Amino acid sequence: MSDIQMRQPHVPWWNEPKNRGFVYQSLLFIVLAFLIWSAVDNASTNMRARGIPTDFSFWNRTAGFDVNLTLIEFSAAASTYGQAFWVGLLNTLMVSVVSIIFATILGFGIGIARLSSNWIVAKLATAYVETLRNLPLLLQLLFWYNAVLKPLPGPRDSVSVPNISFVTPDIVPTIVCAFIGGVGYAATRYARTIGGVAVIVANAIGALLMLTAVAIWLSGVVRFSGKAGIYLNNRGLIFPEFVETADTWPFAIALVVGIVGSLAFRHWARGVQKETGDQMPVALVAMGLIFGLPLLTTLVFGAPFDLARPELRGFNFVGGTRILPEFAALMFGLSLYTASFIAEIVRAGILAVNKGQTEASSALGLTRAQGLKLVVVPQAMRVIIPPLTNQFLNLTKNSSLAVFIGYPDLVQVFAGTVLNQTGAAVQVIAITMAVYLVISLVTSFVMDIYNKRMALVER
Amino acid sequence: MAASPLVKTTPVTNDIAVEIVGMHKWYGEFHVLRDVNLTVRRGEKIVICGPSGSGKSTMIRCINRLEEHQQGTVVVDGVPLTNDLKRIDEIRRDVGMVFQHFNLFPHLTVLENCTLAPIWVRKMPQKQAEEIAMHYLTRVKIPDQALKYPGQLSGGQQQRVAIARSLCMSPKIMMFDEPTSALDPEMVKEVLDTMVQLAQDGMTMLCVTHEMGFARQVADRVVFMDRGEIVEINTPEEFFKNPQHERTKLFLSQILH
Repeated sequence: MSDIQMRQPHVPWWNEPKNRGFVYQSLLFIVLAFLIWSAVDNASTNMRARGIPTDFSFWNRTAGFDVNLTLIEFSAAASTYGQAFWVGLLNTLMVSVVSIIFATILGFGIGIARLSSNWIVAKLATAYVETLRNLPLLLQLLFWYNAVLKPLPGPRDSVSVPNISFVTPDIVPTIVCAFIGGVGYAATRYARTIGGVAVIVANAIGALLMLTAVAIWLSGVVRFSGKAGIYLNNRGLIFPEFVETADTWPFAIALVVGIVGSLAFRHWARGVQKETGDQMPVALVAMGLIFGLPLLTTLVFGAPFDLARPELRGFNFVGGTRILPEFAALMFGLSLYTASFIAEIVRAGILAVNKGQTEASSALGLTRAQGLKLVVVPQAMRVIIPPLTNQFLNLTKNSSLAVFIGYPDLVQVFAGTVLNQTGAAVQVIAITMAVYLVISLVTSFVMDIYNKRMALVER
Repeated sequence: MAASPLVKTTPVTNDIAVEIVGMHKWYGEFHVLRDVNLTVRRGEKIVICGPSGSGKSTMIRCINRLEEHQQGTVVVDGVPLTNDLKRIDEIRRDVGMVFQHFNLFPHLTVLENCTLAPIWVRKMPQKQAEEIAMHYLTRVKIPDQALKYPGQLSGGQQQRVAIARSLCMSPKIMMFDEPTSALDPEMVKEVLDTMVQLAQDGMTMLCVTHEMGFARQVADRVVFMDRGEIVEINTPEEFFKNPQHERTKLFLSQILH
């Protein structure tokens, strides 16, 4: 061994890969540093020569323009460019978060629907995906804004929802309806014991009877009168504002207790299953607690909110809460478009789980739902999460297309109006870029942690 | 056959474990199974062999409804197979199945693989399920791997876990679909040994396999299938010594050297 090493020819130092690498990389670094310095120097010299600001003093100057959607206090006279930045940023975050939630729910639904054994459902989902993801997003935004929301009637001719009220049901119709519904339910039960086409017929008759019973009963109980205070027009969707009353607190407390209680119940149910094997209807109990408790408090204390209904005064509505058409169009466009990509990711994730996994869980006697929940989904999620993160980031970045339909996001307010008014183009664009970079990095960092936890279980 | 801890003895109410009468199956135009008739008594060990594509796997997969047959009747443990999902789940609980490619759940540990179905299907307390799982893992000689993930085990070990996983549901019938075909040669023996032990304990078994040594050692009857038909059913002695049909002879001459 040492003999062989001894006989190796001497390598001159300038031929050592390590030394060469050091020299080349140092040279590259010096050249890059010079290029960047000269670019910065050149730009700042020229900017000074033309009287363009090179510092950040504009940040605290009064903005002098109004924004039609602000989550924080903002007025043209009193607010600064810095506050305009926060307004834009919050608007970007708001539309992104809301759209991400809708896109995820819709995307998972459509992705699973595409795998359905029901021919019509699967084909509809396919048509959705192929249409939405193959049309430019900007075109879709313009469609929602210019073709759907803007042509709606003006405030005076708003589409409005009638007021719904309930009356106490009469005994006799209630009994009759219960009887009809019972017969329908019995028919669907009976359908399970027979075979062939009769199954479909019995189920159809049963479903029809039950629906009829519910419809008749509701028609005796529900009354439509006046206006509910929900209006749709070309200024947006306007609905009553919820105003806090003395009875709000019991309601809120009941809601919190319901949520905490159902979490505690789930924990307890798991413990019981570990000990005795008994399984409890956790989802059902949770629904009961979360919806039932608050409902109970409203029955005891009365309505938890007062509704401040919007009123038509002159040419527009006063009061109430409003969803701007710009926000709605952007949210629809982003959610529906991104959902088509998420659907494909979900479909791919489920298909990536070997068919043998489903067969093995079936062969063990697990039901289809149990097999999905315990075997397929945990494995599919591992495949789904990384590209899903990517779609969340894409959606956030795509929200900057807001400019084209006038939604006041970061790019429109800050990189648009603020830039034009201050002329501090380099600073404003740099800040805007930094913001998107930070949002993207934080999102992928958080998703990475989640992904690692999921992946670790797999090994 | 003495009662052994590997198999729970169940009171014999009906002597027939599986009865297949006039079963046909098509994949589109392709006639995979043609008029299959087979009756398996309790405690009987059946080895099914035949050239690839002859419908062996399809036949046993029809028994627990991983595949649907289109004609004929299949009665498993006294329960006829219909489209009733509840019935199918009931049958699957009592029929264990071991696959060629193991199909262990990669996201769960060996122990969790074994306790999943007892906990969720048999509604067993976790502790009891784990005790049973450890019992069967000991029987297949890998109790020390219980906390590892399937990906960390060798093929032979994985297949033994798969057998233990099925046994944890205390099935009345065990089906094996080419359990050694995906294994490296040196691991075949450890899996076959486990299966021999299971046979000695009195389990009703249907095995699709090319291991003729195993067939000679444990089979009560050997079923030979070709082109979707059962060509010949015989005791192993007769089957290997005096095959009745030309197709059987040809097949045996090809696999026995």
